[in-house]
Amino acid sequence: MAAVSLLEARGLTRHFGGLKAVDRVDFDLAEGEIHALIGPNGAGKTTFVSLLSGRVPVQSGSIRLKGRDITRMPAHARVRAGIAYTFQITQVYGALSVFDNVALAVQSRGAADLAADTMAALARVGLEARADQVAGTLSYGHQRLLEVAMGLALRPTLLILDEPTQGLALAEIAAFKDIVRAVVPGATVLLIEHNMDVVMDLAERITVLNFGTVLASGTPAEIRANRAVQTAYLGG
Amino acid sequence: MRADRGLFLHLGVLAALLALHVLAPPYHHTNLARIMVLAVYAMGYNIAFGYTGLLSLGHALFFAAGLYAAGLLVYHAGAGAPVAMIAGVLAGGAVAVAVGLLALRTAGVAFMIVTLMFAQAGYLTILYFGAWTRGDEGIVIPRAARMLGGLDLSDDNTRYLVALGLFALALLGNLALVRSPFGRVMVAMRENEERSRMLGYNPFTVKLGALAISGLYAGLSGAAYGLMFGYVGASLASVQYSILPLLYVLLGGAGTVLGPLLGALVMFYLIDYASSLTDAHQFVTGAALVALVLFAPRGILGTLRARGLRWLP
Amino acid sequence: MDFGPFLLLALMEGLVTAAVLALTASGLSLVFGIMRVVNVAHGAFFMLGAVLAWFVAEWLPGPPALAFAAALVFCPLVVGAIAAIADMAVLKRLNYEPEATIVATIGLLYILEQAALSLFGPDARPVEAPFSFRLQLPWFGYSGYKLAVVVAAALVLLGVWLILKHSRAGLLMRATQEDRDTARAFGINVDRVYAGVFAMGAGLAAIAAVLIVPISQAHYLMGGDPLLLSFIVVIIGGLGSLRGTLVAALLIGLSDGVISTFFAPTLAKIIATLVVALVLVFRPQGLFGKRAA
Repeated sequence: MAAVSLLEARGLTRHFGGLKAVDRVDFDLAEGEIHALIGPNGAGKTTFVSLLSGRVPVQSGSIRLKGRDITRMPAHARVRAGIAYTFQITQVYGALSVFDNVALAVQSRGAADLAADTMAALARVGLEARADQVAGTLSYGHQRLLEVAMGLALRPTLLILDEPTQGLALAEIAAFKDIVRAVVPGATVLLIEHNMDVVMDLAERITVLNFGTVLASGTPAEIRANRAVQTAYLGG
Repeated sequence: MRADRGLFLHLGVLAALLALHVLAPPYHHTNLARIMVLAVYAMGYNIAFGYTGLLSLGHALFFAAGLYAAGLLVYHAGAGAPVAMIAGVLAGGAVAVAVGLLALRTAGVAFMIVTLMFAQAGYLTILYFGAWTRGDEGIVIPRAARMLGGLDLSDDNTRYLVALGLFALALLGNLALVRSPFGRVMVAMRENEERSRMLGYNPFTVKLGALAISGLYAGLSGAAYGLMFGYVGASLASVQYSILPLLYVLLGGAGTVLGPLLGALVMFYLIDYASSLTDAHQFVTGAALVALVLFAPRGILGTLRARGLRWLP
Repeated sequence: MDFGPFLLLALMEGLVTAAVLALTASGLSLVFGIMRVVNVAHGAFFMLGAVLAWFVAEWLPGPPALAFAAALVFCPLVVGAIAAIADMAVLKRLNYEPEATIVATIGLLYILEQAALSLFGPDARPVEAPFSFRLQLPWFGYSGYKLAVVVAAALVLLGVWLILKHSRAGLLMRATQEDRDTARAFGINVDRVYAGVFAMGAGLAAIAAVLIVPISQAHYLMGGDPLLLSFIVVIIGGLGSLRGTLVAALLIGLSDGVISTFFAPTLAKIIATLVVALVLVFRPQGLFGKRAA
């Protein structure tokens, strides 16, 4: 591993009844990288990032953020510690204005100038002109961007994006890739993504999950050449 | 600025209430003073229910905490009205925090029942200590004890102005609260708790904070009610007094700053009017509750806000 | 009287309370279990049953036993019909959204109490028991009617259990409870099941009230205590669990009889309400229930 480690998970486990959603996963994130998490449906990707973000309690194993043990830290405290999570199914506050949505993220980290910082975060995703609009009336693509803006506005050290390009048009995806590239190396990005073009284009490293365990991990080129991954994805 | 439109509206309402002091016939003075004091209670309820989404059925406990803290201090300890007032406010807040620490571990229907049960236990406790509280019969606070720094609260005119003063304080405080960053977080908690958690907010502390403020309002209202109208009785702690602010807020518009006043005003005069026709005023309350949830769940101001007055705070 | 017979008397009184409570609470539990509706007007349905029983006894000439039998059939039917109408006219339109439903049933409670006050008046009125047989024990005499109440309540509860477990209607109810949308997809008329369950819940409260009214008189505010106690029973027993409800009713009824014989009733009530609140906070599945859905 080249860079300084930001986050390390060891033996991370979460079972739901008989289902081993995540089973003894070891996982490392380097500071400033874009890391993609891929795998077939039901491989445990969302459960895994839920364990990292604290939305689902860990059954066994440990998580360290910059060397500090955060395994038992509640989700809201992890957000304050620098882990931001954007939802797979967009969850903006539909009844509030676009400004208020982002302001909630900005004030959460205790900004000095709420209005200016909020507008700056909106400008990063190109929504500054819609600040006064009610979020629920935004188009789907704009709601996804707003979700990302809320994540960015927290100024996280680790930004977890759960299927961010799902349902976006091609032009929107291109713009989204630029936004993500601009996040590093100031922060680290962990990306769950189904769109392989986006993954191969953005990610510096890729981890493949299958049946709750790590199938492979490496650079895009290594993953592309990996037989086991091809089998899992293409069914042989 | 759009912000000031809201401020002017609220200042205008306060000015209108001041004008009514001169214009309205004396018969309405006592009514309006009562409405303003109860509107403070409903405003507190609205902070919990309308803004933060906490549907409590036990706010009478916080109201009664203020009422009895003030009433018992004056009656048994000979405290002055200012001390009693402050004690009442603090009692309301403290009881709300105590209830919140337990009740906020639940949500939704369970939260409603838990708050209802705590309030019921409080009501029964008042009856149980009848030697001190005189139970249902209640305590009548003597006129001499109802002096707030030279102001005679048993005088109709003074009472109206003091009620208006407290109401103005509560109203502007409420406006400032909902426009503050914390106000935004309260609404966020109501709209989507899980999302708010993932923005770094601890749902428990936010809700506890909102409930505490709500309790302070209820305590203020309870203390003021006891001192102004000179009566402290168990019926004011009964479940009806938990339903009352819910009704006012639903009618006026949950999550609007002026909704509680409007709801209190309309409901009070509706019942007043109905009482002149029949004895069946409970029927009016019941029918209003059913009609509101069926046909106008957003209440008067909530409907107006949805129909274009988006700036309404 | 010695302590032993005194305790026996307290237990017998408790058993009567428990029987009536089990009936009332099972109605509340049924409605919550199948419809997920917290019916605050349940106590009002109870009161309505008692008040209607007085009207029946007043209007029907002949021996008290006949009037009582008529009331036992007539009152639950009328109260059930009122409940079904309320369900169709109000609760259904709210789509059974929990918080709106509670507010609506509070409204319903006010309306029903007002109706009783206006039509029945503010006084408590007695209804004559169908028979006045007295059971003579070595230490004291005991009302045979009270014992009959226990037997009747047990029979009704047995009937409810048979309906739920072994009839087609019970099957429809359980299917609806399992999953409303799936039930609808399988062609079950969910609206009718809900109206039926709500009527049945109210009817059970009405039967309980008719049984108790010769002992404790009819009054327009009499619904408060049964409502509170039913809540306690249903929550302690585990929301929606009928068996838990029965066990809890027995426990609460007996201890209420014993406690209020030896302690101040207000204190007993304070403790009971606090226990309920704490059970909901720390053990929401109830003391006997497995897990709330």
